[in-house]
Amino acid sequence: MLIINKVSKTFFPNKPNEIRALDDLSFAVSPGEFVSVVGANGSGKSTLQNLIAGTVQVDKGEISLNGELINQMADYQRSRWIARVFQNPLQGTAPELSILDNFRLASLRGKTKKFTIGINKAFKERVKEQVALLDMGLENKIHQPMGLLSGGQRQALTLLMTVMSDVKLLLLDEPTAALDPRSATRIMELANKLIGEYQLAVLFITHNMKEALGYGNRLIQMSHGRIKRDLPNEEKSRLKPQDLYEWFNED
Amino acid sequence: MDFYLAAILQGLCFVPMGLGIYLTMKIFNFPDITTDGSYTLGAVICALGLSHHVSLFVLIPLILSGGALAGSCTAIIHTKLKINALLAGILVMTALYSVNLTLLGRSNIPLLSYAGLFSSPLVQDSNCNMLLIVGMIVIVLIFLLSYLLRTDFGIAMRATGNNETMVRALGVNTSKIKWIGLAITNALVAFSGSLIAQFQGFADINMGIGVVISGLGSVMIAEAIIRILPTDKVWINLMMVIIGVVVFQLVLAFTLSVGVDSSLLKLFTSCFVLLIVALPQSNFLKSSLKR
Repeated sequence: MLIINKVSKTFFPNKPNEIRALDDLSFAVSPGEFVSVVGANGSGKSTLQNLIAGTVQVDKGEISLNGELINQMADYQRSRWIARVFQNPLQGTAPELSILDNFRLASLRGKTKKFTIGINKAFKERVKEQVALLDMGLENKIHQPMGLLSGGQRQALTLLMTVMSDVKLLLLDEPTAALDPRSATRIMELANKLIGEYQLAVLFITHNMKEALGYGNRLIQMSHGRIKRDLPNEEKSRLKPQDLYEWFNED
Repeated sequence: MDFYLAAILQGLCFVPMGLGIYLTMKIFNFPDITTDGSYTLGAVICALGLSHHVSLFVLIPLILSGGALAGSCTAIIHTKLKINALLAGILVMTALYSVNLTLLGRSNIPLLSYAGLFSSPLVQDSNCNMLLIVGMIVIVLIFLLSYLLRTDFGIAMRATGNNETMVRALGVNTSKIKWIGLAITNALVAFSGSLIAQFQGFADINMGIGVVISGLGSVMIAEAIIRILPTDKVWINLMMVIIGVVVFQLVLAFTLSVGVDSSLLKLFTSCFVLLIVALPQSNFLKSSLKR
């Protein structure tokens, strides 16, 4: 359970270019809840994810995950429970390392990296099984460097890598924005499947209204650093893309 | 022929340094400049140790830890004070010049009269003897490093220079990785310095100038070969570094043998490195070939 309690964040405080990115924001996400977050540029969506992941620190308020206060921890300490998939498909994988090495690193999320060789036969089989789920024929190429794969393939692998360890919260920051429609659908289907299977809590930022409505079981609209609308699944399922476009015009 | 054998021997003495530069290239994507200072530091500690008849079993760990200490300084400046890694390296390198000069007491110490690593005779011929000893050292290093880079820690190390955002997002404290990486690199570089000092029979305060460039050139040759024959086997990559270092020294030896003035050697080295760094990414060459 992710709890955001009265969190505020201001960039460049007391300067002419002061930006109040988040303003006394509170909400909670339970395991298995797949929250689509929409909002105009600058409404604070990405700042929210950065604060949760710890790449930016909060000014005021508290963030806790499964009862543990996390807003004082460094990003690499929190990442034990929090996984991120970014808009840029190249950001989630190391290009010169093989698929296998990338998965090994992912499986050690938040654990100490020991001076022992961790890749053995059993681990290779596990990776092959996971990669075979994608149905892209990559299971026979696990020794190939990541850099040789397409953006869509890399994004799919990034997503798979998140469930190689015991992750509680998944932050998706426009994961399909840089992909062609077919790859995008594939990625979202995969995300949907993994989220259900592993009972993850998910914050899914998107500018694609169809995706925002088609996936997830809760919808949040952000505006000027606050939550403007927070709709549960029943109300969300009655919405049409036009409704969302009208929301944006209100701002 | 002896001339080229000497170049190969010298190349093998440079191998630890080449491997160290390779390591920092993996972690930072650029070579660590501290190298120029820690290389001389290794030679200086070696010269002092040998001239005071310190046992090699004490001296070698001392040389390695001297280098590691220099690397740690760069790492602390870079990760704690958030100074650019390139600048941090230059700062430590500059400071090391004074440290080296103070330790050495003068600008040059001859070592020919002292017994060192190469004076234990395994075979009669002195060149073959040296080849055997350096060869064994190189094999041990390849074995140790290829083990290190294949461990979970090593994978994190190789990924750091490749995609630091991802590595941090996966819960790795990259500051620690950089610190350990720089310590290992500079320990290797210092060891190289001590080997060269024993090989050429003296330690000199200026011997480190431009060493980082020859290391970079060697690694670039290695990367060029790896690009042609891609492999995910770590030890093959390390072997390529050895080939790179030796080829580099042979090219330098060749230029000297065709009569290029030795005072122009550094100029030639820079141009040669520029050539191998620029070639793989030059569209200029490709487009002019098309025309």
